[in-house]
Amino acid sequence: MATVQLDKVNKVYENGHHAIHDLDLDIHDSEFLVLVGPSGCGKSTALRMVAGLETISGGTMKIGERVVNDVEPKDRDIAMVFQNYALYPHMTVYDNIGFALKLAKVPKDEIDRRVRQASKILELDANLDRKPGQLSGGQRQRVAMGRAIVRQPAAFLMDEPLSNLDAKLRVQMRAEIAALQRELGVTTVYVTHDQVEAMTMGDRVAVLKDGFLQQVDTPQNLYDRPDNVFVAAFIGSPSMNLYETTITIDGDSGTMALGSQNLSLDASVLAARPALRNYEGRRVVLGIRPEDFEDATLVANRREQASLIAPVTLVESLGSELMVHFRLDATTVDSGDPDAVEDGGGDTAANAVGRFNPRASVRMGATAHIAVATENVHFFDHDTRKAIWD
Amino acid sequence: MTTTMPTPVENDEVNANDGAVGKGSSRARKTFVYFLLIVFAFVFIYPFIIQLVTSFKTNTDAVDNPLRLLPNPFDTGAWSRLRDTDFPRWFLNSTIVTLTVTTFRVLFASMAGYALARLKFRGRDAIFTSLLAVMAVPGIVLLIPKFLVLNELNIYNTYAAMILPLVVDAAGVFIMRQFFLQIPVSVEEAARIDGAGPFRTFWYIVLPMARPALITVTILSFQGSWNELGHYIIAVQDPKLFPLTRGVAGLTSGQLGSGSQFPITMAAGLLMTIPTAVVFVFFQRFFTRGANIGAEKG
Repeated sequence: MATVQLDKVNKVYENGHHAIHDLDLDIHDSEFLVLVGPSGCGKSTALRMVAGLETISGGTMKIGERVVNDVEPKDRDIAMVFQNYALYPHMTVYDNIGFALKLAKVPKDEIDRRVRQASKILELDANLDRKPGQLSGGQRQRVAMGRAIVRQPAAFLMDEPLSNLDAKLRVQMRAEIAALQRELGVTTVYVTHDQVEAMTMGDRVAVLKDGFLQQVDTPQNLYDRPDNVFVAAFIGSPSMNLYETTITIDGDSGTMALGSQNLSLDASVLAARPALRNYEGRRVVLGIRPEDFEDATLVANRREQASLIAPVTLVESLGSELMVHFRLDATTVDSGDPDAVEDGGGDTAANAVGRFNPRASVRMGATAHIAVATENVHFFDHDTRKAIWD
Repeated sequence: MTTTMPTPVENDEVNANDGAVGKGSSRARKTFVYFLLIVFAFVFIYPFIIQLVTSFKTNTDAVDNPLRLLPNPFDTGAWSRLRDTDFPRWFLNSTIVTLTVTTFRVLFASMAGYALARLKFRGRDAIFTSLLAVMAVPGIVLLIPKFLVLNELNIYNTYAAMILPLVVDAAGVFIMRQFFLQIPVSVEEAARIDGAGPFRTFWYIVLPMARPALITVTILSFQGSWNELGHYIIAVQDPKLFPLTRGVAGLTSGQLGSGSQFPITMAAGLLMTIPTAVVFVFFQRFFTRGANIGAEKG
């Protein structure tokens, strides 16, 4: 059990590629911290630097109270679970799990006790004499976990450990790993590109992009108060809808222009975001989460000033909800996520997605009245892309 | 690493159930394929049959009827004369040289191959390129330089002269390197985190995973040094040091006087072939594909 601290950590490769920029992370004892970001954001590099598999070009890395910048991986008291499991194919499950202990010259009966204990936790008892090739994907994943927990390390490092499993197993293992971590209370750094994993597993989530840390916070805070456009769009599925808008303020309230239509800004909205007053007449980025759109006919105290009229291009029913794609004549804003799916491009394509109640009466090809929960919208500076709050 | 593509044989079986017409043509094709296989098998086995038969012929019979399959008269003279030669001595020499060479070749090839595949050091690529260049040089070109070097080192006409120049070969290093490159780096990283240094990672993790390549190099090394002749010609002169190839080659001209001496050479050749065949058959059983199944995602 230990803290893991990264202080202005940098990684510059020999070819000059600057993969990590001044990364500051303070991971608490027993915390489950998830590093998330699109491909190439540096999350795996950061984890490998904690493991000692990559050298640190600048900054300080601490595990517990010890600076580990130049400490060999084996002496860092960490255990790592790899994306492809990295099991030893010629060894039995028992030997795979016990290998580190054997190298550490732990007495045989102690190795036996710990291997059996780990295999019991992971329900691998029946497979101890098998080799990895005879196991299913989920079982191999468990052996990789067993190899980590048997060492009782100060920290677990996990590099996309679930990405090779099928969807169903992934959900199951996700819960198992999270439960196991809470049971063992070992500080864990977990890398994933899957924001659902990040949101469901992490005590806190660190979002990275292009080697820069964007935000570290609890999953709910990341969702409710993203620091910038990238985090806003990256967390949440479907992504937040982002448009350019201009704000006009008139006394306590105001309006924002969304293409040719206007939405009112209530006094409470402005009061919650005092800094917004400085943006009067300037371009800002408006973010609306899909669930903040709704079929206006279903909204009880509906107000014309807080609804839009738009042609619906596609309605996808998920049973519990409808994904409604529609088109606004506003200019969309790119979040900067390289993995994001481009929404449309042509004139007929949608540039907005709403998560509607399944009883909504919207029809594909028809025009719909869409209510906007303006109290929940997000504003970002157009140039710095930072959230506008106070 | 399972493949879902049907093998040609399975394909044939599927076709065989395709109805009467398909069945007929498939059977004809099968017959033809087997006929072809039998012909080729015969082509390959025939020299060995001739070898065996000739060893029981008389000298005259062997020269007059080289291809006849029945010796006339049946004569065990060649085999008894073989007992009068230094055959056991040559066999012992060959065994000493081959076992030593094979042991070191496998060891050095795997160590050098691993270094070239994984360890990071200055000049690694240059070394690998020159290794490839060495492979392109015909061995015969190097015979005289080798002889001069052996002389210079004062080891001409010793076991060392036969063994030392053979203990490393570029092909073995190349085979091992290519195999090591296929082993997922993460497995070695896992070992590193588990507490294994470079040598222990190599010895406990990487080498066992490279079994197919090790067996390939073992077979090649054994056959290569057992059947080597050119190098032994320039390495030793003393008949006491002759390995099998030199000794048997000398049978026709040296020990038993002139003449072709086909029966005795064939008898000696037959005995010579047995160890390599045994080594091949023995190791081939372990030459299983997919030894690394399970290291990574399935």
